[in-house]
Amino acid sequence: MKETRIYERPKAWMKDVHTHYCPGCGHGITHRLLCEVIDELEIQDKTIGIAPVGCAAMMYDYVDTDYCEAAHGRAPALATGLKRTRPDRVVFTYQGDGDLASIGMAEIVHAANRGEKFTTIFINNAIYGMTGGQMAPTTLIGQKATTCPNGRDPELAGYPMRMCELLSTLETPAYIERVTVAEPKYVIAAKKAIKKAFQYQIEGKGYSFVEVLSNCPTNWGMQPVQSFKWTLETMVPYYPLGVYKDFE
Amino acid sequence: MAKGRIDVLESFCKSCGLCVEACPVKVLRISDKINSKGYRPVEQYKEGCIACRMCATMCPDAAIQVYKIEENS
Amino acid sequence: MARVLMKGTEAIAEAAVQAGCKYFFGYPITPQNEIPEYMSARLPAIGGAYVQAESEVAAINMVMGGGATGTKIMTTSSSPGISLMSEGLSYIAGCEIPAVVVNVMRGGPGLGGILPAQGDYFQATKGGGNGDYRLLVLAPSTLQEAVDLTQLAFDLALTYRNPVMILADGFMGQMMEAVEISEHKSEGIPDVTPWALGNKDKREKRSVLRSLYLDPEKLEKHNMDLKAKYDAMQKEVRFEEYCTEDAEYLIAAFGTTARIARSAIANLRDEGVKVGMIRPVTLYPFPKERIRQLSEKARHVLVVEMNTGQMLEDVQAAVCDRAPVSFYGRCGGISPSVKEIEEKLRELL
Repeated sequence: MKETRIYERPKAWMKDVHTHYCPGCGHGITHRLLCEVIDELEIQDKTIGIAPVGCAAMMYDYVDTDYCEAAHGRAPALATGLKRTRPDRVVFTYQGDGDLASIGMAEIVHAANRGEKFTTIFINNAIYGMTGGQMAPTTLIGQKATTCPNGRDPELAGYPMRMCELLSTLETPAYIERVTVAEPKYVIAAKKAIKKAFQYQIEGKGYSFVEVLSNCPTNWGMQPVQSFKWTLETMVPYYPLGVYKDFE
Repeated sequence: MAKGRIDVLESFCKSCGLCVEACPVKVLRISDKINSKGYRPVEQYKEGCIACRMCATMCPDAAIQVYKIEENS
Repeated sequence: MARVLMKGTEAIAEAAVQAGCKYFFGYPITPQNEIPEYMSARLPAIGGAYVQAESEVAAINMVMGGGATGTKIMTTSSSPGISLMSEGLSYIAGCEIPAVVVNVMRGGPGLGGILPAQGDYFQATKGGGNGDYRLLVLAPSTLQEAVDLTQLAFDLALTYRNPVMILADGFMGQMMEAVEISEHKSEGIPDVTPWALGNKDKREKRSVLRSLYLDPEKLEKHNMDLKAKYDAMQKEVRFEEYCTEDAEYLIAAFGTTARIARSAIANLRDEGVKVGMIRPVTLYPFPKERIRQLSEKARHVLVVEMNTGQMLEDVQAAVCDRAPVSFYGRCGGISPSVKEIEEKLRELL
């Protein structure tokens, strides 16, 4: 009888570290995919990550590459500086809905528009996790959050912002896709998208952006399994999955 | 159908239950043990694993390692 | 290299290029627009990069990213734009990333005016971003000094892994003078490989640049380490003295104001008044020790600035009660005239 290990912890995942993420959090799944992609593309030594402000602020404790912290929303500007001075390295930003779609809106739109050759992974969970569940630019109509206790009202807060659609109106970006990590088949597709985004960077094709519809069990007030059902049933109809721009 | 088994790195498991939900042959459950962080880690409690890796695909803590078992011919 | 008649902003830009700076990230603002314009033509021609950022907020963060790779990078702006950079400067200092920032000062507060002022002394030396950090601040007085200090700034930034600010003003930015700009090779600068990002293949350990330390003991240690660095930076203090050997009256001024004061001092000396000047060249570290010494022999100290009294407070602290300290200032884009400074000094005799 022969036993072969067919899945093990990625090499790029920091050894013996417990993540602080809540049980069932999509950040963990996406970090793992990121580490798997870094392993498969053999870029651990030349990758520079930029940590956001939000739940993933300390992701450098989990992903074993060179890292720089960024101020809230400013990661795409840091990525611009990093990639322009070291175009031979692989640079990525990893940002949540507050970091990217609120305070960092100018930075992401302009970095994408300039076609800076780095990769962004955007975690959309329709809420602000780290600070305790406030409304995000991506919070859905009627969805409750601590700063819209009666549910998001378009009269007061406008409609949720669709980042893939918004960025795909720009001429320059090379690759924009929206995925989710809510179920295994989608996780497999999400990994393909993340790998493609990094490959585009390595091949010098331009700016790549992957939006990951995720969850927030704690602030949505749901169990993890239930929260991912909400992602599929309620978020996906408003934020359709798919490729929005592809260089090819 | 392939045969397999899983190893749970118990100290990292947070009992989120995503793997239990994802397993197509339902061989996983939350155990009664308690790990160093106070969570009840998942366990494979019966035979029948098909080494599909769906559990490891969902795990946010990379706490599952999957093995394929081949009978020698 | 020959002496060339150049505009101040362009001289600063060329000085940076000759010091090995090939990357510039900036945004237009009067009165320093010639710098991004100059860099946009000059840098691509030498294999570098000019990025016009969408705002000064983005520009300073690009500087943070570029500086994180250990590369010589620079941004420039003017007063309200520098305010936008405050957050970035705090992060850059907290992460210990080398950076050079030039402030070509204009009137404030807020949008203020486009004419020169010196109203950002507090912002540069004491304020700006949050937390316990300092910028090393250099204040040139002539265009040649602006050239020399710009080149020195890159070395100081890399030596101390800290942001360095050149505090110039709109006069300096817009005037033309003959300057000599030579190639400047950095010497004695520590190797950046141990910390600069993107060198993981050359190091045993990875590098993480961060200012966030949630553990209070770690954050306190980090702050103490920064403080020790700023204490070590004190030896970089620079100042110039004019006619102070026998001075009974001491003028303290920096930048363009000091140039005007020199003429006033020359005239007063002709009348037999024993007046001299101390001109701080580093505003941080501040030459408080030398000012203290000079004030022991002084009957009166007069601080002259293009603001309503900023360096004044540092001079008062250094002088303490050894001599009375008075102030003369103009602002709004108006500079004190030679005559006004003379008249003010005569009032104190």
